Amino acid sequence: MHPLRKQRLIVVLLIVVGSSLAAFFIIYALQQNLNLFYEPSRVANGEAPIDRQIRVGGMVAEGSLIRQANSLTVNFIITDFAANVAVEYTGILPDMFAENAGTVVTGFLSESGTFFADQVLAKHDENYMPPEVSAALDSAKHKANQLDN
Amino acid sequence: MPNWQWFHRLGSPKWLLITLDRWLPWVLGLAFLTLLLSLIWGLAFTPPDYKQGDVFRIIYIHVPAAVVALAAYYAMAIAGAIAIIWRMKVADMVLRSIAPVGAVLTFIALFTGAIWGKPTWGTYWVWQDARLTSMLILFFLYLGIIALHDAFNGSASGQRAAAIMSLVGTVNIPIIYKSVDWWASLHQPASIKFTEESTIALEMFQPLMIAIPGFYLFCLAAVMLNMKVQIAHNSRNNSWMIEHAKIDS
Repeated sequence: MHPLRKQRLIVVLLIVVGSSLAAFFIIYALQQNLNLFYEPSRVANGEAPIDRQIRVGGMVAEGSLIRQANSLTVNFIITDFAANVAVEYTGILPDMFAENAGTVVTGFLSESGTFFADQVLAKHDENYMPPEVSAALDSAKHKANQLDN
Repeated sequence: MPNWQWFHRLGSPKWLLITLDRWLPWVLGLAFLTLLLSLIWGLAFTPPDYKQGDVFRIIYIHVPAAVVALAAYYAMAIAGAIAIIWRMKVADMVLRSIAPVGAVLTFIALFTGAIWGKPTWGTYWVWQDARLTSMLILFFLYLGIIALHDAFNGSASGQRAAAIMSLVGTVNIPIIYKSVDWWASLHQPASIKFTEESTIALEMFQPLMIAIPGFYLFCLAAVMLNMKVQIAHNSRNNSWMIEHAKIDS
């Protein structure tokens, strides 16, 4: 290779490696801030600030969704299967919001540990399948449970 | 002794223009065929998703656009590296031809994502999300490269600055790709997996596997058209170009 071109090649490699290193250090420093939400375990560890707007995300625990009879207020529990966060929200839930599905809520964590949400989002998972397949999976699961019992 | 004739021909804008003209109808035709097939299949004949219903069908636009937007960036950065190292005029034209195509693809991915986000997440957009923000940065990178390239009246310094910026921006591509795994994000992880079984049903996956090459071909055709414009612009005062333009019109 021509020495001048070799020199330019080294410059190109230095640019790519240098900017990657710079990006790595920035991301490393900002690691925690790049998370959109706190998982329930991190809330339980006391990592989430109290009375400041934050987001908490995880699965809506099965059987935890309670709708109040004469208002739009709902209560549910967000879990990461290691810790739980109780949430209270007044408003309309997104269509895809359901028990055993992911959610991300924005709001304030109170002293008592209850999370008062002013926005509830549904987090969709990466599973894509037709309704029949889902139904077949459910019935297979059901059968397996019966066998276990 | 390898035959390097094709490589030296790349330096001839006239040869390049004729070659582009010869290949363009085939690439464009194949692109339309695959896109039409995959979109009709995906939009009309694929079963709906068990949770999202018909909204999931936006995957056949959103995912191919995002995939090709990322791949196009690498292609553009490689062209930028060649332009810097070998000072090849063609490499610079490739860089300038890919940039607007990549910008449009990134915009399509962002826009379709927002349309999908409203019925599934309950919002069009969230700030502070790693995947959404890194994709927005990609959009601005593409726009910045176009702006830099055309700055200083299209002089060599502007072109070199654009090539350097394209190299610096490469770091963003793996960040976009892995953002959903590295950080807590509202965006779901990838359904198409390379090391384990994909979490998308086969009959939904098949049209997507045709849509992705379809987007690649269509974007290749768009880049080739842009190349023709670049060649025509750069050779606008040459006698062969004036003759060529007369034959074309």
